[in-house]
Amino acid sequence: MSEEIILRTDNLGISFGGLKAVQHVNLEIRKNEIYGLIGPNGAGKTTVFNMLTGVYLPTEGTFYLGDEELKGMRQDLINRKGIARTFQNIRLFNNMTVIRNVLVGLHNRPEFRCNPFESIFRLGHHFDNEEAMRNKAKELLSIFDLLEERNNLACNLPYGKQRKLEIARALATEPKLLLLDEPAAGMNPQETEELMETIRFIRDKFDMTILLIEHDMNLVSGICDRLTVLNFGTVLAQGNVTDVLHHPDVIKAYLGE
Amino acid sequence: MSTLIDGLSLGVIYALIALGYTMVYGIAKMLNFAHGDIIMVGAYSVFATLALCGLAFPAILVAVIVCVLLGISVERVAYRPLRGASPLAVLITAIGVSYLLQSIAQLIFGAKPRTVELFSFTPIRIGNSTISGASLLTLGVCIVIMAALTLFVNRTKTGHAMLAVSEDRGAAQLMGINVNRIIMLTFAIGSALAAFASVFYLLYIPSVNPTLGSMPGIKAFTAAVIGGIGSIPGAMIGGVLLGLIETICLRVPALAPFTTSIEFGLLIVILLFKPTGLLGKRRREKV
Repeated sequence: MSEEIILRTDNLGISFGGLKAVQHVNLEIRKNEIYGLIGPNGAGKTTVFNMLTGVYLPTEGTFYLGDEELKGMRQDLINRKGIARTFQNIRLFNNMTVIRNVLVGLHNRPEFRCNPFESIFRLGHHFDNEEAMRNKAKELLSIFDLLEERNNLACNLPYGKQRKLEIARALATEPKLLLLDEPAAGMNPQETEELMETIRFIRDKFDMTILLIEHDMNLVSGICDRLTVLNFGTVLAQGNVTDVLHHPDVIKAYLGE
Repeated sequence: MSTLIDGLSLGVIYALIALGYTMVYGIAKMLNFAHGDIIMVGAYSVFATLALCGLAFPAILVAVIVCVLLGISVERVAYRPLRGASPLAVLITAIGVSYLLQSIAQLIFGAKPRTVELFSFTPIRIGNSTISGASLLTLGVCIVIMAALTLFVNRTKTGHAMLAVSEDRGAAQLMGINVNRIIMLTFAIGSALAAFASVFYLLYIPSVNPTLGSMPGIKAFTAAVIGGIGSIPGAMIGGVLLGLIETICLRVPALAPFTTSIEFGLLIVILLFKPTGLLGKRRREKV
């Protein structure tokens, strides 16, 4: 792991009306790290993701990707700057084919620019472009074992594969930081095991930095390098995995007094 | 034979307008009730340009440009600030825009209907039936326009981005798609189609008045709902079906007085059996 910091949040917080949903969140995520964000239900984990992707505008503090401040940018621009995410409740483009979902993710890459005229009439440049895009999409799909199903509609995939497709689509936008919102939700232990393998593989293959929200403690202790625990919108503990999981406040928050 | 061609050509005019409704509904998730009045503005643009220079093709060009600019500005000024507001607020705004456009037209051009002579056609004889040249032209041009639109949506990246926005706006935005740009483009395309529809409508009924857009607007909306609102092929099928039925009813003396009732009755019957329209997709809710 290098010392280069990919994501830094500076006193990040948001309130809805008078309700302080999240406050004083300071994260420093290093390049190539798998970083876990955990906490009981309603602790504000997804709210943090929504701020980092521009869905919510933070009311306090700010955040930086590398050296660049991204607070206040439009969602699509934040994505182009390099933050991509998946969703807690899967949000694929259901009535598109599996490969088309990934192709939409590839749209904004500069190397795949193509003008509409060429696409409509299928002229020369379009073919090279389409070919390159499809190859890239297939490469991503094969990592997630989805190549066989590429022409099925996304809504017809089994649940576990829909989760994988969401990750593939997010990776297609070529992020620097990948946010996974409960990637193992609804998976059986076998699938969770495979998912852990996949997440490690993504980190190594794409040189990726990953921030994930998770409830599954096996997964968290299995793959995360460091953790932050949120409770009632504030940071309860952060640091390396064993220290955090043995922190008395954390045990109290999870198991009660 | 001539009934068939006339019916089809009226049908494709409805289809062009219905496409505007259905695309805006599918992508921006709103009913743009001012869409019919864009047709009226298109028709007055043709009228005004003809009065100034007397040439048909510049008139069509001006109509398209005026309608596209109008569509984009209406979206920017009236609808964009309401993005995320309740659907009812947006609907009322759309109705407001509709009355605004009608009143402005009435202020500028007066309430009196004006005649527009765009092209004159000699009827074409095939065997022992005559076919109107205007109908043939309408049919041909509209088919080309619809084919181009289908190719655009299905083959280009922008088209796919439009489909993605209609499926899940939030997810599309987080995949790097600029949703505002896509919605603006949708309004631009819808308004351009409305401009073409206004030109063909003038060939069919060569007169303009400030409420010219309401009836074709409502009928095209009906066509979009019959076909399944949000579905592009659905709007085409719904439009053609409605145009055929209208023309056939008008030519049968016993049915002619009831034409409009039959058209809207058809809507009710279809919605009874297929509540989402002919090609509409049922939204599956996960419980």
